[in-house]
Amino acid sequence: MKKQVAIELKGISKRFGSVLANQNVDLTVYRGEILAILGENGSGKTTLMNMISGIYHPDEGEIYINGKLATIESPRDAFSYKIGMIHQHFKLVDIFTAAENIILGMKDGQKYDLAKAEEAVQEITSKYGFEMNPQKKIYDMAVSEKQTVEILKVLYRGADILILDEPTAVLTPQEIEKLFAVLRAMREDGKSIIIITHKLNEVMEISDRVAVLRKGEHIGTVQTSKTTEQKLTEMMVGKKITLNIDRTQVKNPVDRLFIKNLNYTNQENVKVLNDISFTARSGEILGIAGVAGSGQKELLEAIAGLQPLDSGEIIFNRPKKNLPVSFYHKTYRQVVELAAEGKFHYEDGTPVDFTGMKKKEICKLVNEGKILFNEDDVMNLRDKTPLQIRELGVRLSFVPEDRLGMGLVGNMDLIDNMMLRSYRKGNSILVDRKKPENLAEKIVSGLEVVTPDLHTPVRRLSGGNVQKVLVGREISSAPKVLMAAYPVRGLDINSSYLIYNLLNKQKEEGTAVIFVGEDLDVLLGLCDRILVICGGKVSGIVDARTATKEEIGLLMTKKDAGTKQEGDANE
Amino acid sequence: MQLIAAFINRAIMQGTPLLFGATGEIVTEKSGNLNLGIPGIMYIGAISGVIGAFFYENSGYFIPAVGIMIALLSCLIGSLLASLIYCFLTITLRANQNVTGLALTTFGVGFGNFFGGSLIKVTKSEVPYLSLSDTGNAFSATLPFAKSLGWFGKMFFSYGFLVYVAIVFAVLASLFLNKTRMGLHLRAVGENPATADAAGINVSRYKYFATCAGGMIAGLGGLYFIMDYMGGIWANDGFGDRGWLAIAIVIFAIWRPALAIPASYLFGALYILFNYLPLPMPMIPILQMLPYVITIVALVITSIRKKRENQPPASLGLSYFREER
Amino acid sequence: MNKEQQFAATPEKKQHVQWIHITKRDNISFQKGLLIRAIAILAALVVCAIITVVFTGSNPISVYGTMFKGAFGKGRFLVTIHNLSILLCISLAVTPAFRMRFWNIGAEGQALIGGLATAIVMFNLHSKAPLWVLIPLMLISALVAGAIWGVIPAIFKAFWKTNETLFTLMMNYVAIQLVEYFLKIADKNGSNSVGPYLLGDGIPNLFGVQYLFNILVVVVLTGLLYVYLKYSKHGYEISVVGESENTARYVGINVKKVIIRTMILSGLLCGLTGFLIVGGASHAISSNSVGGQGFTAIMVSWLGKFNPLYMILTALLIVFMGRGADEISTIFGLTKSFSDIITGIILFFIIGCEFFIRYQIHFNHRKKMTEEKEEA
Repeated sequence: MKKQVAIELKGISKRFGSVLANQNVDLTVYRGEILAILGENGSGKTTLMNMISGIYHPDEGEIYINGKLATIESPRDAFSYKIGMIHQHFKLVDIFTAAENIILGMKDGQKYDLAKAEEAVQEITSKYGFEMNPQKKIYDMAVSEKQTVEILKVLYRGADILILDEPTAVLTPQEIEKLFAVLRAMREDGKSIIIITHKLNEVMEISDRVAVLRKGEHIGTVQTSKTTEQKLTEMMVGKKITLNIDRTQVKNPVDRLFIKNLNYTNQENVKVLNDISFTARSGEILGIAGVAGSGQKELLEAIAGLQPLDSGEIIFNRPKKNLPVSFYHKTYRQVVELAAEGKFHYEDGTPVDFTGMKKKEICKLVNEGKILFNEDDVMNLRDKTPLQIRELGVRLSFVPEDRLGMGLVGNMDLIDNMMLRSYRKGNSILVDRKKPENLAEKIVSGLEVVTPDLHTPVRRLSGGNVQKVLVGREISSAPKVLMAAYPVRGLDINSSYLIYNLLNKQKEEGTAVIFVGEDLDVLLGLCDRILVICGGKVSGIVDARTATKEEIGLLMTKKDAGTKQEGDANE
Repeated sequence: MQLIAAFINRAIMQGTPLLFGATGEIVTEKSGNLNLGIPGIMYIGAISGVIGAFFYENSGYFIPAVGIMIALLSCLIGSLLASLIYCFLTITLRANQNVTGLALTTFGVGFGNFFGGSLIKVTKSEVPYLSLSDTGNAFSATLPFAKSLGWFGKMFFSYGFLVYVAIVFAVLASLFLNKTRMGLHLRAVGENPATADAAGINVSRYKYFATCAGGMIAGLGGLYFIMDYMGGIWANDGFGDRGWLAIAIVIFAIWRPALAIPASYLFGALYILFNYLPLPMPMIPILQMLPYVITIVALVITSIRKKRENQPPASLGLSYFREER
Repeated sequence: MNKEQQFAATPEKKQHVQWIHITKRDNISFQKGLLIRAIAILAALVVCAIITVVFTGSNPISVYGTMFKGAFGKGRFLVTIHNLSILLCISLAVTPAFRMRFWNIGAEGQALIGGLATAIVMFNLHSKAPLWVLIPLMLISALVAGAIWGVIPAIFKAFWKTNETLFTLMMNYVAIQLVEYFLKIADKNGSNSVGPYLLGDGIPNLFGVQYLFNILVVVVLTGLLYVYLKYSKHGYEISVVGESENTARYVGINVKKVIIRTMILSGLLCGLTGFLIVGGASHAISSNSVGGQGFTAIMVSWLGKFNPLYMILTALLIVFMGRGADEISTIFGLTKSFSDIITGIILFFIIGCEFFIRYQIHFNHRKKMTEEKEEA
């Protein structure tokens, strides 16, 4: 029996400005099948699907629905072709019930009857095996339930083709099982289901066929039963591209930051950080790889003092053991107090006792470097605010993912943005704009920031220049730890290399750099070690000089150990 | 009993303009527009009705039903135009709602007092007010059997028709918001305009509609006060701060028109309670302060309890602009 | 960014047949912004002139001549400048809160309560204490009262996110009734206002010039607040909190503390205005002492882009129109409220013109062609 074609894409291309999002994509979707679209972040999966659901319009190419050429200009048009898409960001009115959200905006010409709508929703839920109370309010719902409402919204409007954009990203393993059962029921009902994902195990489990996209191009479509995770990973990541990044050897690494068993469960009851532990070393770039939304953001914000934790410790280590006191700026009084606490020893190892000594003698001993610390200086940064962390003297810099919404103030000029970190300095009630101005000048000339002048609001700069300003400010304080989340996202090649070089320079100066990235080639070419997280859990730490893309790709999509055990127990 | 009946009678009459204003403002706020111009619109509604009635009364002959129609119509037109100013500035030109609303109130109160004062001057009246007794009588006409029913009639039937209209409007507004498709769409616009927009709802059109309808309902409150409560007498600033009291009721009634009915009568009762209590003079302002104080308490309690249904519409006070690329 | 994209694209795409296409302006030159505002004010003046001509029958040029005389003519100038100072003072008071995006529309009440505190001190002590004790006491009590009135909504906003617009609005009317209460106690005759006969003479004239004290205070305050907002650490924190609470958190600013501190300042300055009105000018108190200027101030501040120096201009415009319209109504026998209408119209025009500064309008000449083709 020949399968009926539901959608056929021919030569679809789409560009945003100078970025080519999709290039000459051909794709066929059949009735009664589940097609997985697989690809890394930024490979053009969502853009392609948005063109089918009417959010974007292709620059080139044609879409055929049931064999006929279709013009899809809006989600409404898509509905008229019985296509419905479930986005990652839910569009629901929080104080409405499920049923109210489902019928919102529908103009079916019938009398408004919520009870009838609720019945109809019930019918659909029982048909496909959902669990949903149509009278439940959205704000009382877990993420999985909200997703169910979105799916019901599409089904209620009579969709035959459903597109789900990374539906499992927000679900627990049990919820994923339920969702898959529902999807299978829909497939039996003759519906076409397209599921966007980058989790290989799920692809293997649910799909009939897999279409792989890479850098906007359709690499190929294969029968799921005739492929392996290994083969799919190769298709997805492609051949290794060697980047021209100058990676120096790690010199004198010192354990700088100990992350111990971080746990955090968000309001939706999802375990965003699950027992995360690692160590960041000075003079080294530690990469963090993972599918978007695996907990990278929360992890960095937790270290920066912006994210409360359920449990765990963030230990900042300032190595002082056997180093002279004179290396650190201490007042005479502090030295005497520390000595009384027994924190010092002489070069020969005997403990220091200042009792009965004169100030002059003590100063001489200290200045000659004869007094050494007994122990490293360790502090727990957990539950400290960013300000408290600063006050402890910990120079921790953070380049957040949301540059204009968090790292910088878009409406302020370069100078005022330079002050964000430093404006408190000094006892004056007035701010000092002289030093920030000098800093801004230095950054503009040093990093070749293109700006009309220093008084231009930063939101008017291009993405790359905004990032240079932010990174420039964050490294200006000579940080001991530098965290950067997706620092090259949206940047052109030249700006990207400039950022890589800056990070490398920090590394050479002995900073512990933590780099969250999405491009595996960059991670492999820039970092020294790569920590891979998957679903809020550390799934592996690899040596970036020897690891392969496939290895990391598999770790990124590895079903977490906890569920596996459960699965084993059931078997 | 007689005294209580009289008290309740007066409380309801005091509460009626507030109920009109509150119902109008609730409908408006449900679309996400915080219209602080409502006090001004109520003045404009009142004076527009007065102007219409004035010219009709001075035309020579007077038929009560026609007088009522003319006053109502001119009131509605006046408040519609005032609402349109607000809509055009905040929705089409996306101006700040607070600033626009306050400017409209300045304008509206001035508008009312200017034309009221001008009409008083035209009549060459000795006293600083304008009397439209014919129209006033037409508006305050009660059901004929009200008097024969004693205190019962006094409490329930001895009102002009607008008192009942106010109740009907509040009930209708409640049904509209909760039981109709348009009401659902309107609430969605006030809660989350982006979601409503994505669902294919025309956000601007709903905002215009709700703000204009709300403004017209509120305008009737101004008209009622002059024509019925005052018996057709316009005095400058006579309406006082009732417009703000109406906005207070919106908060106190947690954005529910049905709750606005008892809330308005309660506030009306507090407004006149001093006439019925043997209080020393200084206590009167304290009594009149009560509506605002309990409104603040209500606002604080709802925000601390965080019960989602009792919060202001989520996008209240914000302009909606869909970025186009 | 993702979110925005979806907002942008999802809705009905019949859009592309729209004739007008509106985009947010990224950048507008200072001159162009000024030009748009000037055109708006000019248009407003023309409309006002037409209205005035309709009601008075005199020619528009002489109308504005009359208005100018009303505002700056002989014996008028000082009063106009004083009115300007008071309006500016209360506008300055609300500005720190607005820069923080805290919608304090309770300036009327905060100023009134400051005036009330002044009046209470004057009422009780004017015949008992020397001026050098009395005046500082008046000032301090006014500042404290205003600050309390301002900080109450701020505390609830900071800790429970209570809607500050509605809260501060309600606080106005509580203040008004408190004043009424005081009037009833102070004056057993039940009058609407208590004047110098019960309160004493308040602040004496400086160098024999009436209002000079008030005017000087506001001049100094304008400078100080300009510096505070633009050059102080507090002012910087206010801007950061107003622009992005997320960024404020990121750099370790205690947002709650800034909200509360700023509203104390805002209330404090409102209280100062009340002190100036009652102690320095009228020496009388009534529930109308602030006269709605607390609301006008919101518009002055907003129109002046929350910049104390621009606000001098916007306040001047409003005071000029008000005084001028008053003069016209006196001469032509119109009602006093004429000035409110004129002020309202001017405000509508300036409020409306902001749109043309913030957004750019493109006219689409493609017209209906595409739509017809598709439907065919």
